[in-house]
Amino acid sequence: CINVLLTRDILFLIVSIIAFDELKTDYKNPIDQCNTLNPTVEKVKKIKRVKIALKLVLPEYLIHFFFCVMFFCAAEWLTLSLNIPLLAYHVWRYMSRPVMSGPGLYDPTTIMNADILAYCQKEGWCKLAFYLLSFFYYLYGYEKPFVSSSFPLLSCLGISINII
Amino acid sequence: MSTTGFNSQNGAGGGQAYANGPSQNPVALQQPPGVGYGMTHQAPYNLMQPKAPMPPGPGLYHSGPYQPVPPVSSYQSSPPVSSYQAPPGQPLLTRPPMGGPLPHTPPQSASPSPGPRMPPAQATPPPPAVSSNSYYPNAQQQQPPMAHAWQYGTAPPPMGAPPPMNTPSGGPVANHVNLPASSTAPPQSSTAYSSPPQGPVSHNATQPPGPGMPPTSLHGYTHPGTAPPPMNPMPPHTYQPGRPPYGPPPTGPPPTMKPAPPPTGPPMGSATPPPPKADGTMAGNGPQTPNTYNHVDNKMAGPPQSGPPGRQLGHYPSLPPGYQNTSAPPSSASPMHPPMPTATQPYTQAPQPYQQPSAGPGPAQLSPSLAALSLQSSTPEALRVVNLLQERNLLPPGPIPAPTPCLPQDLQKINCNPEVFRSTLTSIPQTQSLLNKAKLPLGLLLHPFKDLSQLPVVTSSTIVRCRSCRTYINPFVSFLDQRRWKCNLCYRVNDVPEEFMYNPVSRSYGEPHKRPEVQNATIEFIAPSEYMLRPPQPAVYLFVLDVSHNAVETGYLNMVCQSLLDNINALPGDSRTKIGFITFDSTIHFYNLQEGLSQPQMLIVSDIEDIFLPTPDSLLVNLSECKELVQDLLKSLPNLFEKTMETQSALGPALQAAFKLLSPTGGRMSVFQTQLPNLGVGALKSREDPNQRASAKDIQHLSPATDFYKKLALDCSGQQVAVDLFLLSAQYCDLASLGCISRYSAGSVYYYPSYHHAHNPAQVERFQKDLKRYLTRKIGFEAVMRIRCTKGLSIHTFHGNFFVRSTDLLSLPNVNPDAGFAVQMSIEENLLDMQVVSFQAALLYTSSKGERRIRVHTMCLPVVNSLSDIFAGADVQAITGLLASMAVDRSVSASLSDARDAMTNAAIDSLASYRQSVLTIQQPGLLAPACLRLFPLYILALLKQKAFRTGTSTRLDDRVFAMCQLKYQPLAYLMLMIHPALYRVDDLTDEGALNINERTIPQPRVQQLSVEKLSREGAFLMDAGMVIYLWVGRNCNPNFLTQVLGVPNYTAVPQNLYLLPELDTAESQRTRAFIGWLRDQRPFFPTLHVIRDESQLKANFMQNMIEDRTESALSYYEFLLHLQQQISK
Repeated sequence: CINVLLTRDILFLIVSIIAFDELKTDYKNPIDQCNTLNPTVEKVKKIKRVKIALKLVLPEYLIHFFFCVMFFCAAEWLTLSLNIPLLAYHVWRYMSRPVMSGPGLYDPTTIMNADILAYCQKEGWCKLAFYLLSFFYYLYGYEKPFVSSSFPLLSCLGISINII
Repeated sequence: MSTTGFNSQNGAGGGQAYANGPSQNPVALQQPPGVGYGMTHQAPYNLMQPKAPMPPGPGLYHSGPYQPVPPVSSYQSSPPVSSYQAPPGQPLLTRPPMGGPLPHTPPQSASPSPGPRMPPAQATPPPPAVSSNSYYPNAQQQQPPMAHAWQYGTAPPPMGAPPPMNTPSGGPVANHVNLPASSTAPPQSSTAYSSPPQGPVSHNATQPPGPGMPPTSLHGYTHPGTAPPPMNPMPPHTYQPGRPPYGPPPTGPPPTMKPAPPPTGPPMGSATPPPPKADGTMAGNGPQTPNTYNHVDNKMAGPPQSGPPGRQLGHYPSLPPGYQNTSAPPSSASPMHPPMPTATQPYTQAPQPYQQPSAGPGPAQLSPSLAALSLQSSTPEALRVVNLLQERNLLPPGPIPAPTPCLPQDLQKINCNPEVFRSTLTSIPQTQSLLNKAKLPLGLLLHPFKDLSQLPVVTSSTIVRCRSCRTYINPFVSFLDQRRWKCNLCYRVNDVPEEFMYNPVSRSYGEPHKRPEVQNATIEFIAPSEYMLRPPQPAVYLFVLDVSHNAVETGYLNMVCQSLLDNINALPGDSRTKIGFITFDSTIHFYNLQEGLSQPQMLIVSDIEDIFLPTPDSLLVNLSECKELVQDLLKSLPNLFEKTMETQSALGPALQAAFKLLSPTGGRMSVFQTQLPNLGVGALKSREDPNQRASAKDIQHLSPATDFYKKLALDCSGQQVAVDLFLLSAQYCDLASLGCISRYSAGSVYYYPSYHHAHNPAQVERFQKDLKRYLTRKIGFEAVMRIRCTKGLSIHTFHGNFFVRSTDLLSLPNVNPDAGFAVQMSIEENLLDMQVVSFQAALLYTSSKGERRIRVHTMCLPVVNSLSDIFAGADVQAITGLLASMAVDRSVSASLSDARDAMTNAAIDSLASYRQSVLTIQQPGLLAPACLRLFPLYILALLKQKAFRTGTSTRLDDRVFAMCQLKYQPLAYLMLMIHPALYRVDDLTDEGALNINERTIPQPRVQQLSVEKLSREGAFLMDAGMVIYLWVGRNCNPNFLTQVLGVPNYTAVPQNLYLLPELDTAESQRTRAFIGWLRDQRPFFPTLHVIRDESQLKANFMQNMIEDRTESALSYYEFLLHLQQQISK
């Protein structure tokens, strides 16, 4: 079950890496790009219902945070210690985000700066590697009895990549 | 050494072996006298124009009424179709020959021309029928360029009917060059391409034929002492790929070099002897001016505490040994002089080739033997070693021209005007590691929409572009044969379309290389419909005016309405032009101006939470149809709110309303705001703590407090709306937040601190002049600008006001002629096999007449592989400009002290790199190449600039506005803001004066910004870009007081004097002519302040004395010592 969530994380990351690549190769407008990656708060008139359309980055952070909480509860100290640095990084990253009224991480006016774009891409690849490694670590470390059951997840992952 | 330098690239010195020393280069790089960018005020660019109306070759396709013209060069006389093929022996012609038959080619350069079929060279100009071709007529070149000469379409161009040859009798008519006679053609296509008179490009004007340039080739040494070296007029096809790179040609002395001429004007209180006349005799014999470096400074400075500019530094000796006031005996001073080896670093005092005629004593010091000697020098003037600690008078007497890239002469001749397109390094390093080693920033500075008085405009059904990278065809492409051209950016081979074979200028067929597109580095195309996403928008102007109590108090409303009334017919536009008005205080007021109403109807919307447009159709009206109503409104508007007591300001909702109003069409929104917005969305709080203004600690609140304005600006950008912000406020307005609305929508910000109609007449005058310029200047709508560069280079960061849409594309809802841009570049792939790289900026915009146009600028620069060549090609002004932009970014993203450190480190690193890698013999002192000799001074000036200074009381808005200016102003105006020019004006003479338009404009020399240069007996004018100070000394020459200021004595000088009285005396006329000339050179209006010793503004004046020590900042000499200490660490 952890892997279900982790798979989602990996998917989010892949999407965001692809998105940054699109941006670099001039396929996409940075405003659209940041709207895909940042969660958008849609104010529906009259009803005053705030519907947060969950987008890519924040859910990834939340899922990772959820993992850490679960590992904490399960007293999996080794795994937790592996994940704590990333958690700290996420917190730092969110604290140092550009001035923004809504939730979100990426600013369309600065995202095209070569340094920032390269940084975001590199960050995406590094985290993807980390998640993939931990995917297999969890798969074989925790879910041995359920390997058969989680197998479809793998194929699901493959299919999703194909779709993208 | 530097941890906070700007260069984030970590180049671990790639093992690029670089060859040093001169290489065999047969191309004479110098320009023939008089050929080049700038004749002083005589229409600089028109020197290249005879190329375009070049007489057609007497070829097969020659049609029309001419007789075969006596050919002037081999290309002209060659037989037909293959006429531009290379002469025998030159296998491949890589680029079209174009430089040859200049009518003004001097005989000495034409005569040895080895063209095989060359008839006896003639210096005769082409037949008059050709040169009067209406494509580049000479008709107006004598006329001084005028700022508003760009208003195209308002009047028919002042030219006769086009010569008959321009109406093609046969051939593809569709592809003809737009004639000025046609109704759509702007007159600028008919005027000479003259940059403003005395612009910084005007080097070369008095370039003496020979000795100014060291010979380029080795065999140049075989002509020792003879006067002009025979120029090597190799045909332009020496420029082939496959040839070994032409290495480090030690040629083409960049024009920045200027040995220090003796200072005029006796420095105050000290007898500074003039520098020795023979300061150019031999190596290292710098002017040993025993200068009074610090002892005058201390008068200015308060407590002599030395604040570190960036790093902590120790206490410096207050009097440098070489600068002892007691003039040191030569024997003791001479050991200080670095033993410069004559062989490697000869100090060549060439006659200053790039000097202006009025330059004063410089060239006069030259003895003939020296001139001969300089011929043998192998080091370009740019690399002459200057010991900054020894040589004090480094400022050239006039404006500093841009260095000339080391390109073959024919390429350089057609290269882009440096005022429009400039690179920090005129020689591009081959690899990123080489660039990292040089520690100099690589970037471009652009002024793409500059008012040009002559601009070729081409109407063409097909615009020829590279099929893969979409580069526009430009002068630097190479024609493989007549049917194919090779892109100079991506090297793809493209076909020449059939239409392009016909040359409408010469009406000949088969000469694609003579088309205007291939002859001009700056050109404008009228775009066909493929370049439109929607029909071109009309000109739409919306004025959003603050009418709260505070605003009415300042009285600005009167001025705005009056200016609009005066200029309502001069607003750029056509019959579709629309105009609208919104006023706001705590509510939003709309004005229904629909045709048929008897008077304007005001509609008030008080629901600022959820703003809506009351009558969406009639708020923006056609200007020509409703002009009377608009005029009525403008007359009544100031009275309407006279008694208002509303103090709140709902700027955010007003902007939202304006955005809604403009979003269907796009257009320009001009927002006038006088206080901190405090109601509705976008309300701001005061973040400034007045007690922290002078703090030396880090300055907070340089970044926006809210992203409301940025988001709105992005929305505006998407709908092609630009927001120009006029801020007239005495209190803190949070420009850091408000400025975002203009920054990301490509608008501009104007700031008039403490504007008041009665109390501050100088601001009123400036506001009025700025408004006039703002309302009447050219404007381009729904623009995008793309910057392309040769494969291997890539764009790193953009600076300016815009939204970056893609890696190389800027979205500019509006573009105006006063906007400058800067681009940081990086080298991604090594440029190993290239001799040159090119940069192309293409600006696609809709003119106010509803035409879609593309303005294309192309610049070509050489690639070098040695560090010394990179240093030789450094453009210190451009580097300073780019560093300033980078530092603004740094101070917002990190902190101000970080930015200051980075600037200091930039100077330290580059000079250290120069010392380690280029200098062959280590000498004591702080050594810099001559082209970078002003670098430390400019860095120090930046550190003391309003934007970056610490320790001096600076209002936060002033600081933020200075930062906006640094990013947004074109380089020429930026440099004055950074390093003001100081002139002594009480003894103006006509000697060396310019003569423009029957007016004599005296040219005093630029003084150093040090109190020691001031004298109580004189009067000094400081030109700081936005403001001009006239400082009158206490014992000023009574003649000056009476004849210029019109007062009997010093005490009668009024405290607030903003205008010089128009007296009918020669002195008054000279002074006013000089000030007027300074003002004419820039699009904004600098106010004049006459300052006495007791004036409040004296502090501002003195803060610009950047070479002196202040309470919190180092003096220039201390700064140099600091640099030296860091370098030798």
